Amino acid sequence: MKPVLAVKDLSVTFRTEDGPLSAVDRVSFEVGDGEVLAVVGESGCGKSVTAMSIAGLLPRTATVNGSVELDGTELIGADKRTLRSIRGREVAYIFQEPMTSLNPVFTVGHQIIEVLRTHIGLNRQAAHARAVELLKLVGIPSAERRVGDYPHQLSGGMRQRVMIAMAVACDPKVLIADEPTTALDVTIQAGILDVLRGLRERLGTSIVLITHDLGVVADLADRVAVMYAGRVVETAEVHDLFAHPEHPYTVGLLGASPAAGRHAESQRLNEIPGLVPVLSEQPDACTFADRCTRAVDTCTSSQPQLTDGPHRVACWNPVRDRVEV
Amino acid sequence: MVDNALEVEDLVMHFGPVRAVDGVTLRIRQGTVVALVGESGSGKSTVGRCIVRLLEPTGGTVRLAGADITHLSRRRLRPHRRDVSIVFQDPAGSLDPRLSVGDIVGEPLRLMRRKDISTKVSESLQRVGLRPEVAQRAPHELSGGQRQRVSIARALISEPRLLVADEPTSALDVSVQAAVLNLLADLQRDLGFACLFITHDLSAVEYLADEVAVMYLGQLVEQGPRARIFGHPAHPYTQALLSAAPVPDPAEQRARRPVLLGDDLPSAIDPPPGCRFHTRCPVAVDTCRTVVPERRTIGEGGHQVACHLVKDDGTGPDVRPTEGVAQ
Repeated sequence: MKPVLAVKDLSVTFRTEDGPLSAVDRVSFEVGDGEVLAVVGESGCGKSVTAMSIAGLLPRTATVNGSVELDGTELIGADKRTLRSIRGREVAYIFQEPMTSLNPVFTVGHQIIEVLRTHIGLNRQAAHARAVELLKLVGIPSAERRVGDYPHQLSGGMRQRVMIAMAVACDPKVLIADEPTTALDVTIQAGILDVLRGLRERLGTSIVLITHDLGVVADLADRVAVMYAGRVVETAEVHDLFAHPEHPYTVGLLGASPAAGRHAESQRLNEIPGLVPVLSEQPDACTFADRCTRAVDTCTSSQPQLTDGPHRVACWNPVRDRVEV
Repeated sequence: MVDNALEVEDLVMHFGPVRAVDGVTLRIRQGTVVALVGESGSGKSTVGRCIVRLLEPTGGTVRLAGADITHLSRRRLRPHRRDVSIVFQDPAGSLDPRLSVGDIVGEPLRLMRRKDISTKVSESLQRVGLRPEVAQRAPHELSGGQRQRVSIARALISEPRLLVADEPTSALDVSVQAAVLNLLADLQRDLGFACLFITHDLSAVEYLADEVAVMYLGQLVEQGPRARIFGHPAHPYTQALLSAAPVPDPAEQRARRPVLLGDDLPSAIDPPPGCRFHTRCPVAVDTCRTVVPERRTIGEGGHQVACHLVKDDGTGPDVRPTEGVAQ
């Protein structure tokens, strides 16, 4: 099957006062039709920069190389008009903090209607009806009334639902959700994850889910790409990744995540010693090597490439606990 | 020797019309850890701030090691300051950027006019896993995890009986969070201080807390020994909290279905009558809408719950739909 979104060898470097900063290094992944791909990693791993570069949302201090193909259209280096027609219509975003993405001086209905009129050219009446429909789709009770609310009148969870309604207003092929539940309480988060799941099931939207939370990944993702210091270090189908993580960083991340009901008696959490490196350029080595307990000589002298196949790992000494029969 | 490091009796803290904390009663025995769990707006941080007297409570009492400090003046509070310390969520915001790490860590001792501060600072830094040379550095030169270690070193240098840790790991990445949680657990065991661990994340406290207290909209809805709260949560809100946090295991996570509570947390200015949780509770009955539930003891180890629907033997509704399937 042809992927909806194909990212190939994507690199992003920022010009800063302290010289160049390499944020993303030759990242490749594909997202199939109706598939949820989780891009997971800790602060500074490049997951958000990767997301922003897809529809050209990065500032001008960023240099982007590589290829991002959306349904066969190349987006890297595309002119402004192409990008404008794609943003919102083919690729839509939702971000962590809905309050900063909504305009406080307009009603939420007004903001959804604006999207519908700009991108699809609906008339005012049709757009209003569709806006109410969209609010219902994302589970907002008494949508007919709520459509006239201003963002400050809504709770955080409701605002995020409105953001999702706006994002899917034009039935985009790909929805990029950048930490969509991180600012929300767990009881609210559960509802938002449910909405995203519903979108995939009812509209067949492909979702790129950017998150640091492995619980959220376990809940929603079909496939996972683990990022570390600007690189994808492992990618696999979700059950396979959690059951048989091969990259020592993935293993560390899984062991460090606390989970209610899973630490029977005073069990310690795994620690990953050391710090994420800040890189001016990407070395020909594994960037995790100095924190890795499994590092061998090759790790510091040569960069491991992702292996082929459904479960891909970039590691010179991967963990292989699988018993071959 | 007083048995309780902390006794909070019917604590009330109102900010104008906002009833942030409305009658919280809580005890922490010497050398034990109590986790105070709640979501945004539950009032859990306000409780913490009243205990360290960053706030003067509107009502109720706070006793530290038996001494009533609820309304003491700044001057009369001073001798009690060494008994309690606080660590905040955001280490960048709680460390003075103009001071060196050594000055920050040593500040409590300087205020107590102690001698030999630099030796104590070195010891304290080493105890939290930092090299003594870090004392010369400025906070901005350190990573988030290191800064949180500095906060902990400062909090513990006066050897308090009680540490209030207010979301100490929430701003940190998972791998760093694990290290800080392990550190707190080790220090608590070695030094034997009591700890009030304030958090929104039940999973973070499971292996740290002796007891868990769950807060909702300014009040405690359930409290008890850790194993009871995690194994047999009685209050529908506690059950919902436990079911809502996704577990990092796809097979298990997909077998569960969280209780969906609806997005609207009622206002603390005009909290719902009766049980404050009734507007979001999936099993609420008429009584819940009008009568305030009393706090009752329902099991061994002081398991207490404030819910009309829980019987005296601890049985009652379980709002979690597929708990059996998950196993």
